[in-house]
Formats: sequence, structure tokens, C-alpha cells
Amino acid sequence: MSEFDLVMYEEEFKRIDEELQKLHQQANAKVLFLVDKNGQLIASAGDTHNIDTTALASLTAGNIAATGGIARLLGEREFTILFHEGEKDNIHISLIGQRVILVVIFDQRSSLGLVRLRVKKASESLTKIFDEISRKAEKEKVEGRLDESPFAEISDEDIDNLFR
Amino acid sequence: MSFINYSSREINCKIVYYGPGLCGKTTNLQYIYKKTTPEQKGKLISLATETERTLFFDFLPLALGDIKGFRVRFHLYTVPGQVFYAASRKLILKGVDGVVFVADSQIERMEANMESIEDLKINLAEQGYELEKLPFTIQHNKRDLPNVAPLDEMNALLNPNSVPWFEGVAMTGQGVFETLKNVAKQVLFELKKSY
Repeated sequence: MSEFDLVMYEEEFKRIDEELQKLHQQANAKVLFLVDKNGQLIASAGDTHNIDTTALASLTAGNIAATGGIARLLGEREFTILFHEGEKDNIHISLIGQRVILVVIFDQRSSLGLVRLRVKKASESLTKIFDEISRKAEKEKVEGRLDESPFAEISDEDIDNLFR
Repeated sequence: MSFINYSSREINCKIVYYGPGLCGKTTNLQYIYKKTTPEQKGKLISLATETERTLFFDFLPLALGDIKGFRVRFHLYTVPGQVFYAASRKLILKGVDGVVFVADSQIERMEANMESIEDLKINLAEQGYELEKLPFTIQHNKRDLPNVAPLDEMNALLNPNSVPWFEGVAMTGQGVFETLKNVAKQVLFELKKSY
């Protein structure tokens, strides 16, 4: 199982967050999310107070998975961009480096063209960061982890406490 | 694929409820939703048809508490049980950390149970998983009905590796939390092994 696990440390998280803040500003977007392909929210930028981010992450991943299924039926590897237009808000969903999903929600203060352009730029930087995360995970697998793992000492009692 | 975030100190794990159509996967999630406090749960999302059959998936995020200073979140999913939703079922299994198989105890559903568990194995294999290596719990559901198969017979058919199993009546909640707790425990111990 471990070879598939995504582990995020403070350092990478900060860099991702900076990238998202920059994109949020440059694309004039309302809200941004970064979600992994299994539906877990990684990071967000903008005003997320009125949005159920967990549900949004899971549904977005479902959406991408379904679209990917359609793509394969048609002999495409993947459709990398999804766009939904609403009355007020629009949503631009793109796949980054085959691994993570970038969701940009924007209204009339921005435009699809601008969002596409800025997303493309940000994708390159984000791909680099995620490449590094993978490399780091690989290295740790070989050399062992530097930090003490918090899970090494999970006990029956810890788990029972969750279900009290 | 669990997601461990050292920055926000969270662990996210994905648990999928699998089983034949109308076996009670959604009912399991609905009961868990009903019995947890608002702080512990997010919205229960059901992508269902007009007749309340699951179309794509149900989703329930649960945050039950902390372990060693990490917030432990479980994302519970169900698959659509009906045979013709095979393509969608496959997608939900992506990144799964633990599986619950909900079996329908009615004698006339045994074939459907066996078909579904075979389907589960095939779909997992396509994602590079082996059922035998995943945290896996079986729930023999609908034990309150009159025409149920004996438990040893069900285990012989569906549970050759003797994984943990529970009797369930998901409508009343019998066995629901026992099943969830068992699979959650296996998932967390798997994490412990890997790190």
C-alpha cells in the first residue's frame, strides 16, 4: 500500500500554497482547489468559507474519473480539461501531471481565456513540485524516513478511542 | 492510497463499501451518518437515480478523532451495485485503503453475492491491488429476514480466507459500526506497518 501513499510535508505544502495564491491573483479567480485523483483535498486558495470543500473534492475527482473512463472508451488517454459554465460562476478543472486536479472557480471578473493561460503556467510549476514529492517519497523508501513516524506506535487503544 | 499531510496534521483514508445491488451499502452509510455527531461528519453525498438507486457513488467523510496528534479522517464510499454500472464501480476503487463487502444474506441472492465478489477482485486487479493484501471486512447483512442462508455456508462461499466478518441488519444499525471499526482498525494497522 505504501508505494501509493501521498505524503505532504510543510516545505512542499508551503510551495504549493504560494503557487496557488499566485494563480488566484493572476487569474482573478474566486476560489482555487488542488485535489488528488482519489478525491482528497490537498490545498485551496481564496474564500472557501461558504463551500463544502470535502464534498467538492470528492465530486471533482469522481467527475475526472468518469471523464477519464469516457476518454479511454474513445481511445484517448485522458481529457485534461473540463469546463462548466454557470449563470454566475464557472468552473475550470484540469489535470496536472496525471496526478492531481486543479479546480478554478471564477465569475465575470475573469475570463476563460485568462484562466486557461494562467492555469497552464501554474501547471508547470506544480508539476515540478509534485515530481519532487515523488522523488522524496522514493528516496525515503530506500533510505528510511528521517522523522519519527507518528504511526509507528498506534495501539489498539488509540483506535478504540476513535469509536467511543 | 492514504494521504498523510504533515502540514495540517491529517491522515485521510478511503474505505469502499462493495456488494451486489440492494444489499444495503447505502443503508450502512446512512446509518453511520445518522449516528455520528455534526462535528464528526461532513455532508452525505448520494449520486442516485430518481428511484434512489445509487448511480455513481455515495460519499461520507468522517473525522472521528485524533491519533498521536493527527486528525484521522475516513472517506467512506459506496459503489453502484447494479451489474450494468460496472464501469463506474471500477472508478470508485481508485486509491482504496480498505474494503467492506456487504453480502445479502437472502438465499436467492447468493449467486449475486458471489458474482459481486468476483467482480471486486477483477476490478481491484485492474488497479494493481490484490484483495488478499488489502484490509477487508465482510458484513453478512439482512440477518433479520426469514429466508437467510446459514452463516457458515455464506462464509464458505464468500470468505475462503476467513477475514473478519459480522452479522448485520443495516436498517436498524446492527453490526454497522462493528464493521466500520474493524476495517478502520485494519487500515490504520496497515499504515503502522508501512511507516
